[in-house]
Amino acid sequence: MAKMLFLPLFILLLCSFECESFSAENPTDRRLLVLVDDLAIRSSHSLFFKFLESRGYVVEFRLADDPKLALQRYGHYLYDGLVIFSPSVQRFGGSLDQAAVLDFVDAGHDLILAADSYASDLIRGIASECGDPDAVVIDHVGYAVSEIDGEHTLIAADDFIQSDVILGEKKIEAPVLFRGIGHSVNPASTLVLKVLSASPSAYSASPKTKLSTPSITGSTIALVSVVQARNNARMLISGSLDLFSNRFLRSGVLKAGSLNKHEKSGNEQFVTEISKWVFHERGHLKAVNVTHHRVAELAEPAMYRINDDLEYSIEIYEWSGSSWKPYVADDVQVQFYMMSPYVLKSLSTDLKGLYFTSFKVPDVYGVFQFKVEYQRLGFTSLSLSKQIPVRPFRHNEYERFIPAAFPYYGASFSTMAGFFIFTIVYLYNK
Amino acid sequence: MGAKTGSSPPVVLPPASSGTALFPSLNTLKLKTKQQELLIRVSILALVYVLAFAIRLFSVLRYESMIHEFDPYFNYRTTLFLTEKGFYEFWNWFDSESWYPLGRIIGGTLYPGLMVTAALIYWTLRFLRFAVHIREVCVLTAPFFASNTTIVAYFFGKEIWDSGAGLVAAALIAICPGYISRSVAGSYDNEGVAIFALLLTFYLFVKAVNTGSLAWALASAFGYFYMVSAWGGYVFIINLVPLYVLVLLVTGRYSMRLYVAYNCMYVLGMLLAMQIRFVGFQHVQSGEHMAAMGVFFLLQVFYFLDWVKFTLNDPKLFYSFLRIALTCAISVGSLALGVGMATGYISPWTGRFYSLLDPTYAKDHIPIIASVSEHQPTAWSSFMFDFHILLFLFPAGLYFCFKRLSDATIFIVMYGLTSMYFAGVMVRLILVAAPAVCLISSIAVSATLKNLTMLIRAKNNATPMGSSKGASLKASAKASSFDQPLPYQRNVAIALLLGAFYLLSRYAIHCTWVTSEAYSSPSIVLAARGAHGGRVIFDDYREAYFWLRKNTPADAKIMSWWDYGYQITAMGNRTVIVDNNTWNNTHIATVGRAMSSYEDEAYDIMKSLDVDYVLVVFGGVTGYSSDDINKFLWMVRIGGGVFPVIKEPEYLVNGEYRVDKGAAPKMLNCLMYKLSYYRFGEVTTEYGKPPGYDRARGVEIGNKDVKLEYLEEAFTTSNWIIRIYKVKPPKNRW
Repeated sequence: MAKMLFLPLFILLLCSFECESFSAENPTDRRLLVLVDDLAIRSSHSLFFKFLESRGYVVEFRLADDPKLALQRYGHYLYDGLVIFSPSVQRFGGSLDQAAVLDFVDAGHDLILAADSYASDLIRGIASECGDPDAVVIDHVGYAVSEIDGEHTLIAADDFIQSDVILGEKKIEAPVLFRGIGHSVNPASTLVLKVLSASPSAYSASPKTKLSTPSITGSTIALVSVVQARNNARMLISGSLDLFSNRFLRSGVLKAGSLNKHEKSGNEQFVTEISKWVFHERGHLKAVNVTHHRVAELAEPAMYRINDDLEYSIEIYEWSGSSWKPYVADDVQVQFYMMSPYVLKSLSTDLKGLYFTSFKVPDVYGVFQFKVEYQRLGFTSLSLSKQIPVRPFRHNEYERFIPAAFPYYGASFSTMAGFFIFTIVYLYNK
Repeated sequence: MGAKTGSSPPVVLPPASSGTALFPSLNTLKLKTKQQELLIRVSILALVYVLAFAIRLFSVLRYESMIHEFDPYFNYRTTLFLTEKGFYEFWNWFDSESWYPLGRIIGGTLYPGLMVTAALIYWTLRFLRFAVHIREVCVLTAPFFASNTTIVAYFFGKEIWDSGAGLVAAALIAICPGYISRSVAGSYDNEGVAIFALLLTFYLFVKAVNTGSLAWALASAFGYFYMVSAWGGYVFIINLVPLYVLVLLVTGRYSMRLYVAYNCMYVLGMLLAMQIRFVGFQHVQSGEHMAAMGVFFLLQVFYFLDWVKFTLNDPKLFYSFLRIALTCAISVGSLALGVGMATGYISPWTGRFYSLLDPTYAKDHIPIIASVSEHQPTAWSSFMFDFHILLFLFPAGLYFCFKRLSDATIFIVMYGLTSMYFAGVMVRLILVAAPAVCLISSIAVSATLKNLTMLIRAKNNATPMGSSKGASLKASAKASSFDQPLPYQRNVAIALLLGAFYLLSRYAIHCTWVTSEAYSSPSIVLAARGAHGGRVIFDDYREAYFWLRKNTPADAKIMSWWDYGYQITAMGNRTVIVDNNTWNNTHIATVGRAMSSYEDEAYDIMKSLDVDYVLVVFGGVTGYSSDDINKFLWMVRIGGGVFPVIKEPEYLVNGEYRVDKGAAPKMLNCLMYKLSYYRFGEVTTEYGKPPGYDRARGVEIGNKDVKLEYLEEAFTTSNWIIRIYKVKPPKNRW
């Protein structure tokens, strides 16, 4: 009986919880699952988690090999974001495995993945773009001066991606402390971005063994990179778990060869800003109210005619973390496309989110598309296409009685009259 | 006595009265023979009319009332549109469902005659309160017009020979397999009504030439208009008629009748033909129509010269005038032609026209024409198959025609000879030759039978009536005076007559057999004999199209080889990339290229065309041989014709096309191979054969482990004949 009472209550709770959570209208993540190797990380990285909780995230900690681990139940995902801080785990517990994590991302959820110098095959498999197995990034020029590190594996990196959207508007002044593996980024992939790159003097090698030719060197080494998938799921891959640790967040930094000692490393600002981006507090666009119609008409036609004049408008908003704000830019373009763009026009904006333009349908019939392909660094990509056929003139839509045709009209009518007179004369003139 | 004498007249009277009664009764009998003859003729024609309709119903009885083949589905779809939306919508129809993304202006790229005819029949039946479905009308349009053709054939035969020949022609054409092949119930294609229109035009024109009447010429112009509205084969008329006129001019058979008939027919026919949007100004601008125009001007010059000759009355002066006039006319004509060609005002001959004149042209230059099986040069066996005894009755008929040369027989001889040539060039033009062959053969049959029966009758009449009536004796003597020297004449005649009947009955049996066995298959539903002799029906096509209709998004784009385009749009109601209206070679070549590329290259092409599903036809499980693997070389050829990246030798091994282990590596990994044989390696198709045994080609396939990366199997029909694959969206994380 108690159970039966409990159940509706539970559903009610669940419903209210659902409303608060991630949705297309409210794209910021809410429920995060953090997988750790051992629960000590909870305290050693507590600053980072505190930032998250202070911004309203519900953070749940589980051991990575917890046998009851599950990302979804009854086909619904229980979490919006996944933070994997367990570089050494060989097998996840419960129903979780590499494919489940990738499915989670493919379902539109976000992921933070931190490897370390001892990252397991599983973690590497998920990241799938790794460098050398045992190698850590060594930089004899750009290292962070510290007392204990003689191998120069603690790097002070300051080669950030130039994007206000990803790293916030405030410039990160201090270098970021990093210790861990570097990875290379697949140059063929257009979706992955190096957020934090190593300096040109860095290389990837194992400090314990004799140096052979390093597999990746210089600024091709990515220390932290992000991937924005086609479904706008965001992933952060960091070669260093320490990057997020309290120790690195609090410590000061003095980059070798630099006189400017920073009291506090850039790590805190870096991890805060990038987690805001990963969990969709920033850089999330939506396009709504795509309309098109003939000039001086309101209804959207099922088909245009060649040489029609039409108006096209679209509203684009940006998610600010709590509400949708008009997105302002001058580089949004619309294509009128059939195998290649016949019309390519920049949209004008009224600064309130509405973008609009008008143009003439080309003198070509076919099945066209209104295409808006808006891909800007850090923003979710807008890729809209709307199919619309364009027909030629109807038989009664051509111009009638054009002046150029008057000679022909004259010719035909005079011939008819002449023939009539000729017939009469021929038949009755005898 | 008085009483006796008085009573005698009644005694005498009976014979007299019987004589007078006999006379009128003989008279009525005589009249009756004529009436009987008419009755017999009409009833024969009526029976032939019914026969022509009935023999074409095999397909409906065997299968069901359905539309056959490929093109008829387009015709059906447009007819449906016409009946639902009305004529103006049909006329201005821009179809965005085919040739994605180019679209097709249906109203301007079809011959509307067939659809309008069917719609008119449909509306008439509706008006008469027959609640028929438009599909039934479409299915039965071709048989109905075949029946009408027999009537035209009768009148045509009557015009060129006599009514006996007309009757035989009607009977022959009613069951001629060459004609039946394109006009069975369900074969709702342009040719179904076009052959009727063709024969009607020819008949009316010959009638106009024979009578010199403006009315008949006008009628033939309207016949020509109907033909133009129905089929692209009207080009045959507009070239044959001027050729005929030219031949008459050369042979000195020029007459006022010809002048009236041709001028009226040409001028009005041209104006009418230009009303069809698909023809339009082509009729005065394209190279194919120039012969008619040239002959038209030539006739005017001829008439003018005639008139000058008549007024001058001086041969010497006339000849000098003639020389000047001819030089002027020829130079002006050739100058006009040259200028027109050079400026592009007169378009050159199209590839299709060239391929008609030169059988090897298409093979070398236009693979898309050569790839169609019905465009292949005709094998002698198909002549035998389609004409049977007509094949040797034809020369005999020609002999009779030459024996009694007239304007009309010259026409039929020319029609027969030219169409026979074209029938030899292209299989499907046997259809055009069929009426001519039937008419000429009917002359042979009719003339022979008439001669033979005359011989037999002459003997019959001569013996009993020779003693009784002098007049008939005279006639029989006159008849027998030629035949007296030949012994056993009557017996030989009877034997020959029996032989002729035997041949004709063989012809009837052959025609029925051919119709039932070869020409009544809808080709969309396949039938085969099972292991126990029972019929097995493969209804995979409709299964697949129905699946598409019910399970794919309404705006899904389907890529398939063009053969299936019309069927997919008509039955699946989905957008296709290419279809059977092969007007854009590049677009077809793009599809051919996608099919013959590796999967990743094909993926880029498919993405650029917004393809959602790929449909292939595969016969490896059932042994259905006209599947996509057997058509694949044409895809390679057509694709390679536009995109030289595709090279035919890469798909062949030592010039040999194979799919087994010895096949070329590119062949084993191209998209078409992968889609056809995906998971086929796991299937055992025949007892005692290894898995992956392809029954259509009789080999074990070479690549049994087909992996697909960019596509996934969406649907495979129960007999694997149609396989549909979904194109995956781009990878999420790459």
